[in-house]
Amino acid sequence: MATAKTATTTASRAAAKPSTRLDVPKTYKLFIGGAFPRSESGRVTEVTDARGRFVANVAKASRKDAREAVRAARKAQPGWAGATAYNRGQVLYRVAEVLEGRKAQFVDELQKTEGLTAARAAKQVEAAIDLWVWHAGWTDKIAQIGGNANPVAGPYFNLSVPEPTGVVAIVAPQAQSLLGLTSVVAPALVTGNTVVVVPGGAGLSAISLGEVLATSDLPGGVVNILPGDAAELAPWLAGHADVNALDLTGAGELDWVELEQLAADTLKRVIRPVAGPAPETPQRILALTETKTVWHTKSRL
Amino acid sequence: MTFLDYAPAPESTSILDLRQEYGLFIGGEWRPGGGTSFASVSPSTERQIATFASADEGDVDAAVAAARTAYRQTWGPMSGRDRGKYLFRIARILQERARELAVAESLDNGKPIKETRDADIPLVAQWFFHCAGWADKLDWVGLGADPQPHGVAAQVIPWNFPLLMLSWKVAPALAAGNTVVLKPAETTPLTAMLFAEICEQAGLPAGVVNLITGAGETGAALVRHPDVDKVAFTGSTAVGREIAKALAGTEKKLTLELGGKGANIVFDDAPLDQAIEGIVNGIFFNQGQVCCAGSRLLVQESIHDAVMDRLKERMSTLRLGDPLDKNTDVGAINSTEQLERITRLVDAGIAEGGEAWSPACELPKEGYWFAPTVVTGVEASSTIAREEIFGPVLSVLTFRTPDEAIAKANNTPYGLSAGIWSDKGSRVLAVADKLRAGVVWTNTFNKFDPASPFGGYKESGYGREGGRQGMQAYLKGGN
Repeated sequence: MATAKTATTTASRAAAKPSTRLDVPKTYKLFIGGAFPRSESGRVTEVTDARGRFVANVAKASRKDAREAVRAARKAQPGWAGATAYNRGQVLYRVAEVLEGRKAQFVDELQKTEGLTAARAAKQVEAAIDLWVWHAGWTDKIAQIGGNANPVAGPYFNLSVPEPTGVVAIVAPQAQSLLGLTSVVAPALVTGNTVVVVPGGAGLSAISLGEVLATSDLPGGVVNILPGDAAELAPWLAGHADVNALDLTGAGELDWVELEQLAADTLKRVIRPVAGPAPETPQRILALTETKTVWHTKSRL
Repeated sequence: MTFLDYAPAPESTSILDLRQEYGLFIGGEWRPGGGTSFASVSPSTERQIATFASADEGDVDAAVAAARTAYRQTWGPMSGRDRGKYLFRIARILQERARELAVAESLDNGKPIKETRDADIPLVAQWFFHCAGWADKLDWVGLGADPQPHGVAAQVIPWNFPLLMLSWKVAPALAAGNTVVLKPAETTPLTAMLFAEICEQAGLPAGVVNLITGAGETGAALVRHPDVDKVAFTGSTAVGREIAKALAGTEKKLTLELGGKGANIVFDDAPLDQAIEGIVNGIFFNQGQVCCAGSRLLVQESIHDAVMDRLKERMSTLRLGDPLDKNTDVGAINSTEQLERITRLVDAGIAEGGEAWSPACELPKEGYWFAPTVVTGVEASSTIAREEIFGPVLSVLTFRTPDEAIAKANNTPYGLSAGIWSDKGSRVLAVADKLRAGVVWTNTFNKFDPASPFGGYKESGYGREGGRQGMQAYLKGGN
């Protein structure tokens, strides 16, 4: 009670007098393997608001950063896929919880970088939170939608289950950057894929989402976020031999046909661009899975 | 080791009523092709069976146009129930003509009659029967209510299971409401032509199934045709890559069933008698010309010698020879090109330190033959442990722990099939979980069923054939 009272008093004082306190601005870096390194290239992108005022220097990922990110994603993949579905569900729900608690920060960032009103920005953040909750609930159900027992003509117990395809490289939607990013990352995580994603927008809310992920018990490397030039990074990811799927949802403005051709060299699963965030369907989750069918022999009694 | 000599027991070819030459089956009519006709020979005798038309670009165009017309005018508007009834009819006629088809398939492909009679052709009929029942139940394939067919499907299939691969392609496509243009492999076009006759007997509307013969260029023209909505290909990973590249940026849907380098893992507690049969079936079924063959034997080190002794003893009883002989276990290699490829890869394996062994077996003078072969002392990095041989050649590697077995099994860009032999149920389940392969057989191998999805991880392709997942590949939308 005492603490709450003090806080109220401080707040009312702040409102009464013009603040003299100097802000502590955030350094927006990459998110790779659970850590927040700068780009090895030393490059940054200067982000300004709608009126041209300086907001931040966001680290700009390079080809080598992309390679590191794929390595981190591959390393994390068996562990994430091997976690129980209940566990994955709780982690994804935790993301929603932590995001809810940091709503104000995301509203602020989206206002600055997407020129939104506070109300519109809040609406996007809330939609993103709800989308994490929706996906959290799928982890222990999707196998019942995508898998089945198969009545084969013989003495076999035969079962098909959807399994994660592996490492998924994603070009996230440009518009509505937080919601768009959630709409492509969350479905990949549901079944146990790990992700390397080039976010859309200025990258601020993407890196802040990385902070949310890092404090939500998501193992390091499960999601790797590379703010930067998608046109520069995507070809390396599309051609990378240790990437299993390429999600081009947000690549509509890029030369995505070339990216799909590059992906063909290693027969990656490719999701072609769509307008806006990815659709909210179980099919979208299953698109990043492989059906594994196991035939178990039944003995003669 | 001795065993009784068998008297020859060849299946009669008198059941066949083949034509001298076959044309293209387009829009319900037989017509000549624009390209130069080619012959198909029997791989066991090198004797010509018949000549077949070669479809050029104009013919591909005509076939796609016929399929489009049938899609618009007859097959598209038809009720699912009636589509299903046509497919049931086809399934029944396939059963009625099963013996004839088995003989034709053995003659054209070189595989033993016991396989075509007991595996290929029964599965073909079962595939149509299974898919027939889906035609009026598409709301339940898992895409929501009222899913829609893609339209015209272009399908290109390989020579290892000619009619079976046709059934895997044609049956689900038609059940979903698509019309098809299918190109069988250049060396095995015969049973596809007999299938055209079966479509005629079933009264299938003209243009619903179009069959065009030809070489690789015909297939390339077909999958690239602008009026094709859906492409399904089974064949080599190299060609699969080319197709994926050619289709990039188009609206076409694609499923690929490509190569493999399947691991067959034998643990020290495996039921050995069954395991030996499974190893033999895994690599010598269809002369090993199987994309999901168990071509890498991973045997636990402690039982390596015992397994090798018993395997060699079992291999000594395999009877190689006339594919039409009912006693034959190992038939002919499909073509001289394939025989050269197998020989080249085995030579490379020996040059890299592998030790090859084959039972004493006399190869017929005519035809294309390769004795069942096992290569021991193979390293994970050896050519024959990495490249798909597509022949009766087993590469043997060893392991000590389950983790090592899993790591070695997954150490390949392919991911189509795997086998596990162990009497310990909990271990089987744990290992199956960690194998990155689309089909895992435990204490069995090379089993197929239309209700069971089949297809690969990684560079073995994408999409599934069989079951609900197989039907989804031929549908879109749904509410």
